[in-house]
Amino acid sequence: MSQLVTGQELPAKTFTINRAVLIQYADASGDQNPIHQDEAFAKSVGLPDVIAHGMLTMGLTGKYLSDISGAEKVIEFSAKFIKPVVVPANTEVFLIVSGKVGEIADGLAKIELLAMCNEIKVLGVAKGVIKL
Amino acid sequence: MLNPDLVGRTFTSADSVTVTKEAIQKFAEVLGESNFDIAPPTFSISITLDQSQSLLQDSGLDWTRVVHGEQRFEIKRPIIAGDVLVGSSTIESARNVAGNEIVTVRSDLHAGSNLVVSTWSTLVVRA
Repeated sequence: MSQLVTGQELPAKTFTINRAVLIQYADASGDQNPIHQDEAFAKSVGLPDVIAHGMLTMGLTGKYLSDISGAEKVIEFSAKFIKPVVVPANTEVFLIVSGKVGEIADGLAKIELLAMCNEIKVLGVAKGVIKL
Repeated sequence: MLNPDLVGRTFTSADSVTVTKEAIQKFAEVLGESNFDIAPPTFSISITLDQSQSLLQDSGLDWTRVVHGEQRFEIKRPIIAGDVLVGSSTIESARNVAGNEIVTVRSDLHAGSNLVVSTWSTLVVRA
């Protein structure tokens, strides 16, 4: 990665989420909450359909952050879960992540992150700090 | 309703967790990460989820109404295969906003006496 400059817009990347990815994430993370796999259950608790794990959305956004610096240089990462990522059956849902370089000081860079799905912002105040 | 006296309560897991390369790879692959030597920044949630659930399970909180509100990681050093980690979770705060209960749990993972990662999970219990 070339040198980062405050205010720099970082190119967007698209991540594909489908039901198979949700099952794979549930198995990898241990989060087997049925709202992420079972459509009938999700609807029974008032959700529009199966929704992605918030931590999957954040994990993919973390992959975007890791790609900037290398995973070993990510020292802080935070986000709010403001909108669910709805994943209907037999459908691919696209998570589009982009970033902007914030303050750079003391060998650290703040990265402001934006995660969008169907033109809706799904993570709030998502940000990371990486070592340069 | 979470008993407010439980703020400050800590649960330390009795067993350590040994991180395997397979566990890192399984987690990393879902995210499209091909570097399996270092755990992705959010990997620690796969270890801390159990312990924070154990902490809250018998605290009077209605788990079926819990929504993940916010998550924060402070990573002192990356988790790598072979790490033997011991976790502890603490209820840091509990407050009521517009009928929704908002609980923040901090989870720390230590390797020996060294802190590896701290994570804060904010959970919203829908009214």
